Amino acid sequence: MSTSLSGPGSAEEAPGRKPVRRGLPRTPRTARNHAPITATGLVVKVVLLGLVAGIAIWAAFPLVEAEHWVGLAILAATTAGLFYLYLSRRHIPAKYLVPGTIFLIAFQVFPVLYTASTAFTNFGDGHRGSKDDAIVAIQTSSVQQVPGSTEYSLSIATKGDPATGALVFLLSDPKTREVFAGDAGGLRKLDAGDVTVSPTGKITDAAGYTVLNFGQASGRSKDITDLVVPTAGGAVRSNGLSRAYEGKAVRAYDAGCDCVKDSETGKTWTADPANGSFVAADGERLAQGWKVNVGLKNFTRVLTDPDISGPFFGTLLWNFAFAIGSTGFTFLLGMAIALALHSPRMRGTNLYRVLLILPYAMPSFAMLLVWRDMFNTDFGLVNDLFGLDIDWFGGTWSARIAVLLVQLWLGYPYMFLVATGALQAIPRELTEATSVDGASPWQSFRAVTLPLLLVALSPLLIASFAYNFNNVNAILFTTEGGPFAPDNPTNGATDLLITYTYRLAFGAQGAEYGLATTVSIFIFAIVAIVAAISFSRTRKQEEVYS
Amino acid sequence: MRIRTAGVVAVLGLALAASGCGGSDSDKPAAKESAKATGGKLVIWADDKRTAALKPFAEEFGKENGVTVEVQAVSKDLQTNFVTASQQGSGPDVVVGAHDWIGNMVQNGAIDPVQLGAEQKSAFNETAIKAVTFNGQLYGVPYATENIALIRNTELAPEAPKTIEDLVAAGKKLKAEKKASEILCLQSGQNGDAYHIYPLYTSGGGYLFGTTANGDYDPKDLGVGKPESIAAFQKIAKLGEKGDGALKRSITGENSIATFTGKKCAFLVSGPWAIADAKKANISYDISPVPGFAGGKEAQPFVGVQAFYVAAKGKNKALAQEFVTNYVTKPELAVALYKAEPRPPALTAAFDQVKGEDADLAKFSEAGKNGQVLPAIPAMAAIWDPFGKAEAAIIGGADPARTITAAGKTIAGQIK
Repeated sequence: MSTSLSGPGSAEEAPGRKPVRRGLPRTPRTARNHAPITATGLVVKVVLLGLVAGIAIWAAFPLVEAEHWVGLAILAATTAGLFYLYLSRRHIPAKYLVPGTIFLIAFQVFPVLYTASTAFTNFGDGHRGSKDDAIVAIQTSSVQQVPGSTEYSLSIATKGDPATGALVFLLSDPKTREVFAGDAGGLRKLDAGDVTVSPTGKITDAAGYTVLNFGQASGRSKDITDLVVPTAGGAVRSNGLSRAYEGKAVRAYDAGCDCVKDSETGKTWTADPANGSFVAADGERLAQGWKVNVGLKNFTRVLTDPDISGPFFGTLLWNFAFAIGSTGFTFLLGMAIALALHSPRMRGTNLYRVLLILPYAMPSFAMLLVWRDMFNTDFGLVNDLFGLDIDWFGGTWSARIAVLLVQLWLGYPYMFLVATGALQAIPRELTEATSVDGASPWQSFRAVTLPLLLVALSPLLIASFAYNFNNVNAILFTTEGGPFAPDNPTNGATDLLITYTYRLAFGAQGAEYGLATTVSIFIFAIVAIVAAISFSRTRKQEEVYS
Repeated sequence: MRIRTAGVVAVLGLALAASGCGGSDSDKPAAKESAKATGGKLVIWADDKRTAALKPFAEEFGKENGVTVEVQAVSKDLQTNFVTASQQGSGPDVVVGAHDWIGNMVQNGAIDPVQLGAEQKSAFNETAIKAVTFNGQLYGVPYATENIALIRNTELAPEAPKTIEDLVAAGKKLKAEKKASEILCLQSGQNGDAYHIYPLYTSGGGYLFGTTANGDYDPKDLGVGKPESIAAFQKIAKLGEKGDGALKRSITGENSIATFTGKKCAFLVSGPWAIADAKKANISYDISPVPGFAGGKEAQPFVGVQAFYVAAKGKNKALAQEFVTNYVTKPELAVALYKAEPRPPALTAAFDQVKGEDADLAKFSEAGKNGQVLPAIPAMAAIWDPFGKAEAAIIGGADPARTITAAGKTIAGQIK
């Protein structure tokens, strides 16, 4: 490339081309750090920096609310850094590198670190929140109505301003027509003459109190749910905005013994910090647990638990076969067609090309579902068309073949496209020269075309391999990993590591994010090693041929 | 020039910052103002169909009480999304869903118990109240029940079969006469379907969980893998691909109703959701309970309940409780939700109201009368996958004893 591509200034330097644009006069460009300031450039700069400021302000409020000071410090430092960088005239390379770096950190490094840290925890269903969350949940869910207690009609009132004044529950007993006022201090009987009660039994007006309407009351939702009026048998709690009941929290946390006690049965559940749950002496576990660090437990479980490690290595083998098969077959078919259409004797190539691209143009997601139905034993098109009676997704090998066939159909147009492109770049003189030397077409293909093709396509093949190694859709939408052996519902014949992991993390049997992230770390390591080896080999190959 | 640039940028930046700050400052008084006038906001999450039915009622509730009500449709993985969102503090105030989510939502601290008065409780169908009760607490307000039944094409099969053997005989006859290509449309797929096979499983004598003294399901007494479950699956195996061919893995959730409406099978085991398709296809049909094995126990389908839940971490819990306990308990809402998707309302008054207009409803309800409440305990989550896959393997011809024993072992291993 001889022409400079370094911005709008370059056009001016080209002889014979004068800028026709009117507007701000431009200062001539003398050195790099005296680049001209254009109106467009300025506007873009202002808009982008304004956007940065806006995003920072928008992000700051939730951080302040959550008292996430470290996050806030990072946010402030990043924003200040960005402003400094783009307002100063120095650090030109950094101006280009920083946006990419920030996105890399936010969308690559951070998720990877988060995944890695999750692998050391028991994060999953029943162990999602903190211990405090679990205690609150246990206590709230143990609140029971005191047997035989009154169901009150409730009105929310305050003595002061509706939005800030201390709340009072105005209660009326629908049976006895007695009225009470209750707050954190307890329940007081009111004089029936001081209040107005509606026909439905609700207090609509009381001397000395402001009765809140629903709208006002619901604005103070948290105060209302937090207010409990202590009574002899328990406490009066609100039930919505119009009813109240006398309830009792049967289970309470006791920090002294780090346990939960049931006041009715006397049973205690002691905290087990290793597993993040409350366990009773008889082994009964309370449902609400919390997230704890479990160290390397997930890793050792993947490697040693026969239910996981056994299928893990079997699945790994099939995973390689699937990725190599999908990539290899599509490449072979795509290249063969590309070669055929590349032949100068071929007629109507454009029509063929359009037809060949069709599978590529359809959404693979929908096509996978269509193929799943086409492989149905009794109603599927494949068996009907060929008069077969194969239980495609019922047998180990037939399911694997079916999955590879679907991949072949979906994937060869891509390989055809890239192979066509690469073939155009190989000069015909080279193959003509070999034929002059007396080589057969096959020999010239082997010795000249294929090596040159591979140099161009190797990176794409490796990328395709990595993609197919984790091709969730291909399996999830067709076989769902099946067929499964009768005695092993965890791991199917066509399961890839990623579909197996997906089932662990989001499967019907409850989420196990900790274990699932551990498996994905193993997957990451495998793909990284395979890619590293292949790329280093490609480089060597390029050195040979270039 | 340089100074001017920096100045302009700085001024604009300041202006932006100021407007940002100003916006947030003015937010607070505005919120106070609205608290006086209209008050808080109630956010409800439901699936697509229910969202449409709920909207007018939610708006009315909002208008009556001077609050804003927003009904948001979550079309996929509502439960998972709700649990995750609630954990992050960004969830709704009320969520609408199936009662078997309760165990999982409770163990994740995502929902709170609801308090219904004795009178309110007695307005509901007893099974529905039992379904939403977990660990002795009421966790949701039910609005509809659902169960599967046998839907048959009365042109092909005028008589309701008394036993599954009668059904197979009738189906085989139709197949021999080339009037149908399948004996029975009971969805299984390659990975099985525990929900649809369950009536046959109970008829064969199998059970999932025993019950504790107070009538709750007991996760420690697992029936899968016990001799009763093996006996039940030995009977099911006889109906499978290596036996009568009435149960087939090629009949999946996607094609079972279509095969029935395409008149390729005379019998369909499905729920009220299949009726719309049957009507559209102009099939003369009738609904009867799923038949059991001759001489076997009663065939009991699962009874599921759809309910409203109060989110534990909702921002407006008091309003959410008000909505769920005092508004959802009104029959009008139940009737409207029935019209959006015909499933028997859980409120007796609402059920009686729509029963007269819709004969199918009464028949479905009759078919579910002896059904079993779908267990809501967290341990149930461990059942679905292994049980279904074992079912598929047995239908495909695997040895029932070995398969079910292994499935029982897997399930027991997953129950913590």
